[in-house]
Amino acid sequence: MAGASKAVTDSRANLPFVYRQYSAEQLTEVLHKMYLIRRFEEGAEECYTRGLIHGTMHLSIGQEASAMGICMPLTEDDQITSTHRGHGHCIAKGAEVKRMFAEFFGKTTGYCKGRGGSMHIADVGKGNLGANGIVGGGIPIAVGAALSSKMMKTGKVVVSFFGDGANNEGAFHEALNMAAIWKLPVIFVCENNGYGMSTSTARSTGVKNIAERAAAYSMPGVIVNGNIFSEVAEASHQAVARARAGEGPTLIESKTYRHRGHSKSDRNRYRTKEEIEDWMSNRDPITLFESELREFGFIDDKGIEAIRDAVAQEIADGIEFAKASPAPDVRDAGNYVYTEQA
Amino acid sequence: MDAMVRELSYAQAIQEAMAIAMDMDERVFLMGEDIGVYGGAFQVTGDLVERYGAERVIDTPISELGGAGVAVGAALTGMRPIFEFQFSDFATLAMEQIVNQAAKMRFMLGGEVSVPVVMRFPAGSGTGAAAQHSQSLEAWLGHVPGLKVIQPATPYDAKGMLLAAVADPDPVMIFEHKLLYKMKGPVPEGYYTVPIGKADIRREGRDLTIVATSIMVQKALDAAAALESEGIEVEVVDLRTIRPMDKQTVIDSVKKTSRLLCVYEAVKTLGIGAEVSAMIAESEAFDYLDAPIVRLGGAETPIPYNPELEKAVVPQVPDIIAAARDLVKGVR
Repeated sequence: MAGASKAVTDSRANLPFVYRQYSAEQLTEVLHKMYLIRRFEEGAEECYTRGLIHGTMHLSIGQEASAMGICMPLTEDDQITSTHRGHGHCIAKGAEVKRMFAEFFGKTTGYCKGRGGSMHIADVGKGNLGANGIVGGGIPIAVGAALSSKMMKTGKVVVSFFGDGANNEGAFHEALNMAAIWKLPVIFVCENNGYGMSTSTARSTGVKNIAERAAAYSMPGVIVNGNIFSEVAEASHQAVARARAGEGPTLIESKTYRHRGHSKSDRNRYRTKEEIEDWMSNRDPITLFESELREFGFIDDKGIEAIRDAVAQEIADGIEFAKASPAPDVRDAGNYVYTEQA
Repeated sequence: MDAMVRELSYAQAIQEAMAIAMDMDERVFLMGEDIGVYGGAFQVTGDLVERYGAERVIDTPISELGGAGVAVGAALTGMRPIFEFQFSDFATLAMEQIVNQAAKMRFMLGGEVSVPVVMRFPAGSGTGAAAQHSQSLEAWLGHVPGLKVIQPATPYDAKGMLLAAVADPDPVMIFEHKLLYKMKGPVPEGYYTVPIGKADIRREGRDLTIVATSIMVQKALDAAAALESEGIEVEVVDLRTIRPMDKQTVIDSVKKTSRLLCVYEAVKTLGIGAEVSAMIAESEAFDYLDAPIVRLGGAETPIPYNPELEKAVVPQVPDIIAAARDLVKGVR
């Protein structure tokens, strides 16, 4: 993305990173996308409650700044692998919410033609190689994509999103090691929301900060407040620059929180109402970003209202699109197992 | 003019196929443990690193899960990796990437991607490597839609099927019996493919069909040669691919001979013999059977270290001769 002009940049010299780096238009678009993620998930949750969507889903409400901040310096050609909590990553990388809703409704117009659902949402055209139902499953795949980038000299950077739970999977350690020894253009992004399902990182993980594990693989380990968009985007910028320069991988630990439970089966017995309330009231990433934008003069109340209205309309349209879309024919249940050959 | 045909070992045939694939397509590369200067645990990659360099013949750390995942990710994004497991037993460490990722990615993403990865698995007993380095796990992977699973039994097929696997857009798992690596046979120079999903009738006969896989094909042929002197004419079907299986060739053979013996090294129960037997029982060939179907498979035990015990737990030529004779003479 293009940076802001020099004159504008000078007037923002004391502002946090993103306000120096990006234009007002780009930054308000970030707010738009953060709302889109939030309202998409609220809409999906409501459709689930009303019985319009079956299965389960893992909501990332509260983690929007992390997805948006990491994806900010990526180009459309750059690639990501995502997680079971991947709706935000998908939207941040450029997906259309109507095709995401269609996938959740199991329709042929969905990104996976109704075969994947929430847990396998992908948008290959925009570089999202897919969410993943296996914790840590996407990490070695991202390293493989980065190996392709290096071997084919495409210049692509690959981001692997995963949660705190994945940092105790063998795949995490094997993948980080290979990325380090081969100096691959990959960024490992651990979105640490404090709990792997019900088990807190304090109970599951032998280091205080997951970023400390980077030292074991001789790569930078960076901790950011995952609820502050500017902090996340700045760390991502540096990691992307390092990757593009051929200097190898970075591990970013983005400390954040999910407002909702792990999935639809969560009875919330492992954290207190006070804890959740504190994160929602005092550290909500959209509220934080919105007040900064307002404070630094990038947007006013009217602008915010316009974004909220536009998002509400997109969500309503997306759900209507999904409802109206055709369901797959049960006779096609065996499609896409193998590549159709002439 | 026909390509020149030489005698090559099974391992040499695979190596030649990998070299041809790399010459033809710059996206093809090799990954595995100690496949570079060491040449691979069974010297299948041999000196390829000298010809193609360490960037195309990549030694991985001892990280089967991560390594398999890297191969899957590279295949997903435009490369054509050939990943060598040092022993097929180590597939157990990488099942997540093989079964959950490689096999399902195209399906889960509604046909938007394909995963053209080739994985090679040195398999089977007979080398004194004991229980964790001697298994035959092909039926495990054969159970997974999305994978193709092949077991070439000759040097000719080893080369042609590997080249077919590299050209295939989907994940292909190749199980290579370790005792076959030194087996010699005629192999044409240059590029050719042997289709995945086609069985081969290796010997024609009228009295009995033996469906065999991998090293058991040669053992079945040896048994058939011995039975000829007794006037028993055995037809030997080399299954070659266990997923997708060439049902028609087996059905046609059983309709001709009216008797079926399945011979395979893997543990007998819940294996390829069960599948072939059930497939015949469900087919029009069932009405042609003159005797119950018989399976000869591995014993219900891990592979033992002691060489006599090791031989005793998998079918040998005398076992096949005895089973075939009993079947034809109506003892069973």
